[in-house]
Amino acid sequence: MNNRRLLISHAVPFWRDERFLKALGQAIFLLALALILGYFIRNMLGNLRQQGLGLGFDFLRLTAGFDIGEHLIPYSRSHTYLQAFAVGLLNTALVSGLGILLATLLGVIFGVAQLSGNFLVRSAARGYIELLRNLPLLVLLIFLYSTVFIQFPRVREAIILPGPVYLTNRGVAIPWGTPTDTFSTYLQILGAGLILALLVAVGLSWYGKRSGRPPLTLFWAALTFLLAAATGWLLLPNPPLEANLPAVQGLRLAGGLQLSPEFMALLSGLSIYTSAFIADVVRAGIQSVSRGQVEAAKSLGLTGFQTLRLVVFPQALRVIIPPLTSQYLNLTKNSSLAVAIGYPELFHVSGTVLNQSGRAVEVIALVMAVYLSISLFTSALMNLYNRRVRLVER
Amino acid sequence: MTTTYSKANILPPPSESSTLWGWARKNLFKTWYDTLLTFFILGVLYALIRPFIAWAIGKAQWEVVQVNFRLLMVGQYPAAETWRAWLCLYLLAGILGLSLGVWARQKPWLSAILLLSPVLLVFYPDLSSEARNRLLGLALTALLAFAFGRWRGARLGRAAVILWVLYFPAVLIIIRGGGLLENLAPAVPTSLWGGLMLTFLLTVVGILFSFPLGVLLALGRRSSLPAARWVSITYIEVIRGVPLVTILFMSSVMVPLFLPSGVRPDRVLRAMIGITLFTAAYLAENVRGGLQAIPRGQFEAAHALGLSGFHTMALIILPQALRTVIPVIMGLFIALFKDTSLVATIGLLELLGISRSILAQPQYVSFQREVYLFISLIYWIFSYGMSYASRRLETRLGVGER
Repeated sequence: MNNRRLLISHAVPFWRDERFLKALGQAIFLLALALILGYFIRNMLGNLRQQGLGLGFDFLRLTAGFDIGEHLIPYSRSHTYLQAFAVGLLNTALVSGLGILLATLLGVIFGVAQLSGNFLVRSAARGYIELLRNLPLLVLLIFLYSTVFIQFPRVREAIILPGPVYLTNRGVAIPWGTPTDTFSTYLQILGAGLILALLVAVGLSWYGKRSGRPPLTLFWAALTFLLAAATGWLLLPNPPLEANLPAVQGLRLAGGLQLSPEFMALLSGLSIYTSAFIADVVRAGIQSVSRGQVEAAKSLGLTGFQTLRLVVFPQALRVIIPPLTSQYLNLTKNSSLAVAIGYPELFHVSGTVLNQSGRAVEVIALVMAVYLSISLFTSALMNLYNRRVRLVER
Repeated sequence: MTTTYSKANILPPPSESSTLWGWARKNLFKTWYDTLLTFFILGVLYALIRPFIAWAIGKAQWEVVQVNFRLLMVGQYPAAETWRAWLCLYLLAGILGLSLGVWARQKPWLSAILLLSPVLLVFYPDLSSEARNRLLGLALTALLAFAFGRWRGARLGRAAVILWVLYFPAVLIIIRGGGLLENLAPAVPTSLWGGLMLTFLLTVVGILFSFPLGVLLALGRRSSLPAARWVSITYIEVIRGVPLVTILFMSSVMVPLFLPSGVRPDRVLRAMIGITLFTAAYLAENVRGGLQAIPRGQFEAAHALGLSGFHTMALIILPQALRTVIPVIMGLFIALFKDTSLVATIGLLELLGISRSILAQPQYVSFQREVYLFISLIYWIFSYGMSYASRRLETRLGVGER
C-alpha cells in the first residue's frame, strides 16, 4: 500500500499534480484578490486621512441635529444618530409591512381575475398588469407624489370621502380610535382570546389527524378569536377605543390618523407596482396545478370547495411561496426609493446622516448590512420552507 | 358482441356559435354574476378613461414636451453632434430590418408595419423638415434591410447575430467619439450625455460589461474550487441582498475614495460602474440556471472526447447554457432599462433626471402631469416592445422544448 502511493507520487511530478495545481491556483487567486482589496483600502484610508476623518462607529452616539417628519418612536433633533437610524428602520418596516399586505391583496385579486372566464375581467386584469410591469417604479412613485398626492386641494377645500376621509395637499386623514382607560384590560382579553383560538386550532388539527377528515381549522380558530374579541368589547363597562374623527380646524386638519403625502405616495406606489408582479406569480401558481389533479379529486367525490382547499391550494402554494417571498423582498428593498420623494425611511435618513456627519463609509456599510441581513434572514426562512414542502419523489 | 345505441341517446355534436352574440354570451354574460361583473368593469373603465381623454386632448398643454423635446431625447449633447445619435438609429433600423427579414418569415406585413412606424411620427405637426426627412430615411433603411434579409434568407442568420453583438460597442464608440475618430467625431465628455440617449447607453453598458463578469461569477459559483466558489457566492448574495440605490450611492461616494487621490472618474462613469457591478450578480444567477440545465452527459461526453476542462466549458457547455438563458437575459435587459431611472437619485440627467430638472424651472412647474406622462409612455413603449420581442424570440428559439 505504502509502496504504491510512493510509486504514484514519483510518477507525477508535483508541478503536474492536479491537486497541487488547484491549490496553487486558488492561492494565487486569493492573493490577487487580497492585493486589489488592500490597494483600495489603503487608498481609502489615505483619502480619509486627507479629509481628516477616521473610521469607526463612535459617531453614532453624537447628537443628530436634524428633524425627521414622521417617527414611530419619540425622536427630536437632540437625539443621537443611532436613534435617527432606528426611526428610519421602523419607517421602512412600517411601509414595507403595510405595502406587503396591500400588494398581496391586490395581487391575488388580479391574479385570479386573469383566469376568469369573463373576457372583460380577464383583459382588464391583463391590462393592469402589463401597464404596471413596464413602468419604472421610480417614475410611478414620483408621478403619484407630484401629480396626485400633493395636487389634492388645500385643507379648506378638502375632498371629503364618506368615513370621513379627508384628502388634502397636506396629506390624508382617516378615522382612528383613541384608547380609553379600559384599553389595557381589553388587550388582556384579546390575549386570552388568542390563546383560546390556538387551543381550538391545536385540538382540531389533532382531531383531523386522528379521524382523517381535516376540519376547517383556520376558520374555527378565527371565529373563536373574533367571538372572544366581540364578547370582551360588549362586557367592558365603557368601550376600549373611542372614535377619533378627522376634522378641519382653521387652516389645518385635526384628529384622526394623518398620513403624509410622502407616505401615501410611497405606500400606494409600492403596493400597486408589486401587486402586478404578485398577480403573475399567483396566476402561474394556480395554472401549475394540472387538470388531472382536479379531475381526480372530483372522481374521489370531493366537493368543489374541498377540491380547492385540499388539492389545488396546497399544490399551488408550493409554487407560489418562493417567488412571492422574493417579491416581498423586492418591495422592502424598493422602499429605499422613497429617497426621491422624501419619506424618511432607512435610506433617506442615512443620506441625511451621511451629509451631516460626513461618515460615508460607515453609513453606507451600515445601511447595506441592514438590507443584507433582512434578505439573508428571509432566504434562510425560505430554504427551511422549501425543504419542508419539497416533493418527496421515489 | 356489439352494443347498439338507440338513436335517441346520441347527442348532437356541441355547436360552437361563432356569431358575435354567441361569443358575447359565452365570454361576457354566462351567468348573472358574470353579467354584473361585465357591467361593473365597463363602468369603472368609463369612469377612468373618459376624464383622462378629456384632459389629454383638452386641458393638457403638451407644449412643454415640444419645447424641451431635444433635451428629453439627448440632453445637452452638442447640437452639431446630434448626427451621431441619428447614425446609431440608422444602424439599429438596418440591423432590426435585416433580422426581421431573416427570422420573422411568417407574417411579413406585421414586420413591415413595425419598420414603417417612424413614418407615423412624420405627421406630427411641429417637426423640422430635417427631422422629417431623417425619419423617412430611417423607415427606408429599415425596409431595404428587411427586403435584403428576406431575399437572402437564412444564410444571413449568422451575420445578423454578429451585427447585433457588434452594434452595442459600436454605439458606445460613436457617441463617445475621440481617439482615432478625433477628426471625424470629436470626443464628447460624458457630462453632456443625457435624456433618453443616456438611458439607453447606461442599459447597453450595463449588459455589455456585466456579461463577462456575470459568466465568470456563474462559473465560479459552480466551480469545485472552494476559493472561487465562496468568493462568487459572497459577491452574488451581497449584491442581490441590497437595493440598487445603495449600490449607486456607494459607487458615487466610495469609488473616488478607493482610487488614489486626484483620480476622480466622472459621474456617468461611476454610475456605469455601479450598474455593471449590480447587473453582474443577477446575470450570474441567470447563467447559473442555464448551466444547471445542461445534462451531465454533455460533460461526460466532452471528457470522453478528450477535451480539456476549459474547452469543455467554452465549446460545449457555455454555448448551450447561454442559448437557454437568452429570454431570461432579455428580461434582465428590460429590468435594467427601467432601473436606469434610479441614477436620477445620484444626479444624472437621464430621461427621468432631465425631466425633473426641466420641471424644476419656474415656467414649467405646473406641467408635471404632461412631462411625467410623456416619459412614462416612452418607458412603457420600449419595455413592452422588448418584452414582446423576447416572448417571440422564446418561441422562435424553442427554448424549453426539444
